[in-house]
Formats: sequence, structure tokens, C-alpha cells
Amino acid sequence: MCGIVGLHLRDPELHPCLGRLLTSMLAGVAERGPDSAGVAVYGDRRRCPEGYAAVSLLDAPPDLPVPGALVTEAGDTTVVAAPLPVEELLAAVTGARVVGAGTEVTIYKGTGRPLDLARTYDLADARGWQGLAHTRMATESQVTAEGCHPFSVGPDQCLVHNGSFANHASIRRELVAAGVAFDSENDSEVGARFVAARLAAGEDLDKALRALCERFDGFYTLLVTSADGFAVVRDAIACKPAVIAETPRWVAMASEFRALAELPGIDDARIWEPEPERVYAWQW
Amino acid sequence: MIDLARTPLRALNRELHAPAGDAYEVLNPRGAHAVAAGLCHAVAVEIRGHVGYYCAGMNQLARVTVHGNAGVGVAENMMSGLVRVRGDASQSAGATAHGGLLVVEGSASMRCGTSLKGADVVVGGDIGAMSAFMAQAGRIVACGDAAEALGDSIYEARVYVRGKVASLGADCVEKEVRDEHRAEVAALLAAAGFEHDPRDFRRYGSARRLYHFTRGNTY
Amino acid sequence: MTLRESATFDRPTIAAIQRAAETGVYDIRGWGAKRSVPHFDDLLFLGASLSRYPLEGYRERCGTDVVLGGRHATAPLHLDIPVTIAGMSFGSLSAQAKEALGRGASEMGTSTTTGDGGMTPEERGQSRTLVYQYLPSRYGMNRDHLHAADAIEVVLGQGAKPGGGGMLLGQKIGDRVAAMRTLPAGIDQRSACRHPDWTGPDDLAIKILELREITDWRPPVYVKIGATRAYYDVKLAVAAGADVVVVDGMQGGTAATQEVFIEHVGIPILAALPQAVQALRELGVHRTVQLVVSGGIRTGADVAKAMAMGADAVAIGTAALIALGDNAPRYAADYAALGSAAGFYDFQDGRDPAGITTQDPELAARLDPVEGGRRVANYLRVLTQEAQTLARACGKAHLRNLEPEDLVALTVEAAAMARVPLAGTTWIPGT
Repeated sequence: MCGIVGLHLRDPELHPCLGRLLTSMLAGVAERGPDSAGVAVYGDRRRCPEGYAAVSLLDAPPDLPVPGALVTEAGDTTVVAAPLPVEELLAAVTGARVVGAGTEVTIYKGTGRPLDLARTYDLADARGWQGLAHTRMATESQVTAEGCHPFSVGPDQCLVHNGSFANHASIRRELVAAGVAFDSENDSEVGARFVAARLAAGEDLDKALRALCERFDGFYTLLVTSADGFAVVRDAIACKPAVIAETPRWVAMASEFRALAELPGIDDARIWEPEPERVYAWQW
Repeated sequence: MIDLARTPLRALNRELHAPAGDAYEVLNPRGAHAVAAGLCHAVAVEIRGHVGYYCAGMNQLARVTVHGNAGVGVAENMMSGLVRVRGDASQSAGATAHGGLLVVEGSASMRCGTSLKGADVVVGGDIGAMSAFMAQAGRIVACGDAAEALGDSIYEARVYVRGKVASLGADCVEKEVRDEHRAEVAALLAAAGFEHDPRDFRRYGSARRLYHFTRGNTY
Repeated sequence: MTLRESATFDRPTIAAIQRAAETGVYDIRGWGAKRSVPHFDDLLFLGASLSRYPLEGYRERCGTDVVLGGRHATAPLHLDIPVTIAGMSFGSLSAQAKEALGRGASEMGTSTTTGDGGMTPEERGQSRTLVYQYLPSRYGMNRDHLHAADAIEVVLGQGAKPGGGGMLLGQKIGDRVAAMRTLPAGIDQRSACRHPDWTGPDDLAIKILELREITDWRPPVYVKIGATRAYYDVKLAVAAGADVVVVDGMQGGTAATQEVFIEHVGIPILAALPQAVQALRELGVHRTVQLVVSGGIRTGADVAKAMAMGADAVAIGTAALIALGDNAPRYAADYAALGSAAGFYDFQDGRDPAGITTQDPELAARLDPVEGGRRVANYLRVLTQEAQTLARACGKAHLRNLEPEDLVALTVEAAAMARVPLAGTTWIPGT
């Protein structure tokens, strides 16, 4: 139960503005989720330079054994980047709570008021080509940094969810039986693990989200991103709100229009609401 | 003139509930919720920009125009008056509205006119899935297409669609268009300011098979 | 040879299977759960003796007043007693019954509540304090009535059917009811289970903002939920901005819904109440956001026990109808003619001999609203006096000072649900 925003910048001239734009979008959904907020930024070379991999950690121990690492502290989150393959970096931080990993994405999670957290994350100055954010009103789990979206459980993948799945416990059991490990009790993590398993099996976002619609019962508006994709889908009844806007310079989605109001060229954007069970995917 | 960039929503609505003037202009709504909600005087309100949820909710007598898009539940439970959206409307436009006229010049999203109770809704473009769900009374006119499950469990509301209907919901059927229906459509189009030929519209309404609870009611 | 009845396939079960096979439709009825569930009867008060001192039962002051809705509303409700009348629709009840409830509540200085069918002038006129329900169906929802209300209750569900809507059958959809609900007369009316323009707590927050803006932040906004995941639901209702949270347990009544729903969905109020209080305490708003509980309140003991467990007030529904004369033995012959009996009649068929749950003008005329109001007031008076008696015995000069520590449980189940010790021990299962 929450607010969602996402922005994919097609125009490289806007990349320096990503953080500022995402912060204004976050402000537009702050009231929908006053408990906590999470942010993902793709291509922020301040935090994850070219040729590096980055892992985002919660409550990282003070002395991680990663030589040559670039370490950024942002509240509960620590981002560790190093010129290593993702797998090697993950192996080097064994024991820490990993909330994201990849060569593009850096993820920040924390509890508190969303705009305070944006300052903690230094979001306004972030650069990059894609970003998303989620403000949370926790329903059936505790307000913790771990419970924050996005759930990032595959390389450079993110899933944010507004709504409430109705059969997530069963799907969790199936995934666990298949060897998938979970970090939280959150229903949205089940969606993220499901999509990650599909992507790992070679499906694209469109196909993976169609499969999700087949398998998941309940209410959801989902934004799913990866290193090469940006996708939105809603359940068959589509109660939870979503607006998509598109211009030649960017694609954006949000729970409410007011989160899009400050985007450059919004007055000339194509604006629409996603239809039930239809996957809207942009891949490149 | 009230600028929502400088004036709190509460001050705007307090003024509109006990208006000193008879015409207002609202600037910079920027998706704010409950703008001009609960009006009960015959004032004219021009809102310059996009509004959030429940704009002109429960409107009575007032004439509210949104020069932009409207969020969820524009003119929900309207009692009377006129609400006009120059752009698109989000979900549940005119939900449960009892009276008055809602005009959406663009398209309306899902659940347009859900549980409608007597108001009229005229949409220049398309209406989304599950529109006219359980609509009890009133008229819905869509000059474009209607998406899936139109008029599911509809009662006595009448729905007119000019374009294609993707599918009809439970107990909703196409009905004969007689002269009185064409006259009704013509009057609604005229009130809304759209120039279409009333003969191009098809009529949908209740088959009344769900009015009594029987073993046939499984769906 | 001795005949032996099956415990699994007992006579009601056999009758239900045969009825289903006969008709092909599920059973719809009114009233609440008829099965036995852990209830306030399973709790006892620890009266004062030597370690604590009692108040004189007939003379010394024991306050009963309560203020509801002061969190955000500029005009909170000041009630003289913490027993309110729950929402019941005109439609499920006759206009006379609604008026009588208003009269009785007003005489005792408490509130009554509309229902899924709008506000009638009789009810508004005779109710000093009237709570206007805001329901998924929005039948008869009217801006002027919203302004005439003393409080607004946003209804998400009720204990008899959390997650479902009502099914008022056609025999009660008379011309006046149909007109108020904008429906054809005589149809079987299905109420929606979700609101038409919001779903979930994030959107509820916006809906509550709209209701406050429409009413200039004057009346309190209640949120009513059917007891299921009460801990989470209460937290979310508070997050969405509620002034008052109403939790209705599974014993709560309904005009009509599926029997399977009434008996198999939701939890007893005894189990829900501690969850609700825990949620409010964790948020630091217990007593700031008031908690009203309902679902099977019958006696002053129930009132006192609910308040000791942390409720600020209770609501009665079925009990108020019984006070009006529902199921009275004097109508035995009429009940028999309906295939029922006094004590068994459960509302939905619309031919209530007591004139309460009916729209038949002749039957409804049997209920005199003035006399009915007097009976309701009497009953409320007794509930209050009984609760005061118990509170005084526990040494309390105000009902609100009752505490969970004044209670013990008779059964392990009740101790676990109510989170009070098993009598004679310090054991609270699960802690």
C-alpha cells in the first residue's frame, strides 16, 4: 500500500537531472507511504563508476574486506562499488544484508519520512539514466528498512508493488521448494523472486510479467526495471492507481499524476492509465 | 482567483463552501486532491491544470471546469450542477453520482460511472474497463469505444456507445435504439457540446436476469 | 435400540444439505453467527475486597461519559454513556424501528447510526447524535445528509461478513426503500464489497481527506472494520486518518447475507479487541483515537469487560432490536406461521411480526416508535447501570478506568485470546 514512481530517461542530456526529477516525483507520492521509502538509481557513476560493480547493503559491518572499494554511506544503506565482477563482489560481502547488486543499479532503503530519506540518500544530486522510488504504508509486515521496496533480487533488477497479493504464501512455498531463498516476509518479495526466476530462465520482462499475471492472485500495480527494460503491469481489477506518461525524451510512471507534474515537457506528454493485465514494457 | 501554489487547499474549499463571489479561478492545482469538493452554491470554478482525486466530489449546483486531466473519482457522488474535464479522467469518474452532468472531453479510464445513481456522464473519447458497473440510474454516453466488461451487473442506467464495445459484463445486453433514445442522446450531446450524429450510438442496458437471486446466478 | 444422532451430520447439517439439494442456491439469512465462540462470558472480574476498595454500589459516583473523535475533528461527540447503537439500514429495519432507536439513544445521551440505505428524516429528527455511514453501495449518499451528520463512519466491513457485501432480498425493497436506494422495487439487492472509488489504506487516506474537506473538518470520521486481521487493519485505519476505529466481531448481526459467510469468516470480538488495543498502543494513540467494539454485546458485563480490555465504547445492534421486541414470545403464533419460533427468527424474510425488520406497512405499524424508544432507553439504562455496578465493585469512579488487570479468564482459549490470565494463575497463554 504505497506510492510508486519510475523514470526512464531516453535523452542523455537529461541524465544529469535524474536525481532532481526523481526527488520531485518522490515528493508527489510521499503522503501515500509515510513510513519508509526506497530508491533505485541506474547509471549513477558517482556511486558505481564505469567498469565497477556495486552492491547495496543494509547495516553493513564497518570493515568489509573489499580492496579498492568505493564506499558510500547513506543512512541504513551502504553502497560498495569495486572493479570486480558482480559475483566476486557479492562473495566478498558475504554476511552483509544485500538489497541490490549489479553494474548499473544502486539501491537505498530506510525508514522515516520519504523526503528526509531522499536527503539522506543524496538523491537530488544523483545522475543516471533510470530510476524508481517507492513510499510505503506497511500493511501486514513491520516498518523496517528490509521491508522497503524496491525488491532487487537479480542483477540490476528492481520490482516495486502497490497492492496486496492474495496467494503469495503458496507461491513462496513453491519457490522455496525450488531452492529460492527469501530475505523478508513481504508479499512483494515473492513477486520479485518470481520475476527474477523467469528472467534467469531467459524470458524477457514482457513474458515474465504475463506469467506473473497468470500465477498471482490479488491486487497489484507493479513497476519492474532491469538493465535493459522498464515495465508496468496491473491486475485484472486494477484498483491500485497508475499513470504512465511518455515523451521522446523519457518514459515515466507514477501512482498519481501529481508525481509527474514537474517533469519537463509534461504538458505535451502522452498520458494514460495502464489497462488491466496488459504489460507495458520498454526494452532496449 | 486562488493560487494553490500559495493558498492551502483548506482555504480554497472554505471559501468555495461560503462563496463571496460567483466565479473563481484556481491556479496550480498540480494534481492536488479534493479540489473544489463539496460545493453547494451555484458558483463557476475554472481550474487551470491537472487535479488529483475527488475533484468536485459531491458537487451540488456548482459549475466546475478542469482545464487539464482529472484524477480518480472526479465528481464522485455529484448531486447536481455541471463538472467538465477538458482533458482525460482517471478511474471511477462520476462514481455513484446522483444528479447533474459530468462531461469528459477526453477519455475516461476504468469504472466510469460505477454505481451511477441518476447523473449523466458524457465522454468525448473512450471509456475504460468495467464502466457502468452496477450502474443504477442515469445515462452514460461514450463518443468513442468502451473497454471490457461494460455494464457488469447493471441496473436501470442506460449506456450509449458510438464506437466499439470490447465486451459486455454480466447481465448487460445491447438494446433497441428507439426515437426516444436518439432524442435522449441528442439532448445529452448538445448539453455536453459534442457534435455527433445520435444515430451512430448503440444502446446497452440490463437484461434484468440478476434482479432475483436464483440458482442461475453463478458467474 | 437407542437412536443415535451423528455429531458430524447432525440434524441442522442434514437439513442444510437437503435444502441445498432442493433449491440450488446457498442459504441467505440475517442475525449473526449462531455457533458458540469464545466470548466475554469466559471472563470474570476481580472485585475489590481487602487489597483494593470498592465504591458504594448505589450511591458513589461512577462516571460513564465518553468523548469520541477529538483527534482531528473540530466537533467531537460527547456521549453520556459508552453504549452506542450500531449501523442498521432503513430497509433492513422499518422506519418506525429506526426512529425508535433514535429516540432511545437520544434519551440516554448516546448516538445512533444510519445504515446501508441512507438517512431518513424520522431518524435524523429523533436522534440527538447521528452517525452517518459511508458505505460501498453509497445508497442514498447525499451531500446535505453528510452535513447533517454528527459523525461519518466509513464502513469497510462488518463482523458478520468481513470481505463481503449484503444481500437484502426483494421482499424488503418496498417503494420507499427502493426510491432511497435508486433501485427498482422488489429486486434482490446486492451491496458491493469494495468502495467504488478507493481500495486500500493509501487511497482511504485521500478519501478521508475529501470527506473532511467537504464537511469543513467538523464531524469525526470513524472507520469501521469487520474483525479479521484487526492488528493490521486498526494500524492502517489510524494511518489513513481515522478519528475513531470501530471493530465488529463475528457475532455481530446483519440484515441478510450468506449463512456460510456469517458462520465461517471473521474472528470473535474477544480475540480482535486485544489486537486492536495493541495496534493503538504501539502507535501511541490508544485513547486518542477511540476504539468502539461491537459484535455480541448483550449485558452490562459485556460492556464493562470490553472497556476493561481497552475499548472506549461499544455498539449494540441485535440486542437493541431484541429490546424493541424482536423475537418476543407474544408473537409466538406469528413466528410459527412463518416456520420459525420466538427466539429463532433471523430477520431476512421481511415478515417480522414485531414490525422491526420489515417494510410491510401493517407489520411495521405494530411498532410504536415512542414505546420502542422507551424500551431501548430502558435497556441502555440497564446496560449502563450493570457496567457501573461492576466498575464500582472494582473500585473505579469511572468506567474508563477499568483495566485488563481487573479481568481473569475461565478457559485457556479465552485467556489466550483476551490476553488475561487464567483464573487463579498468572498464566497468559502465548506470552
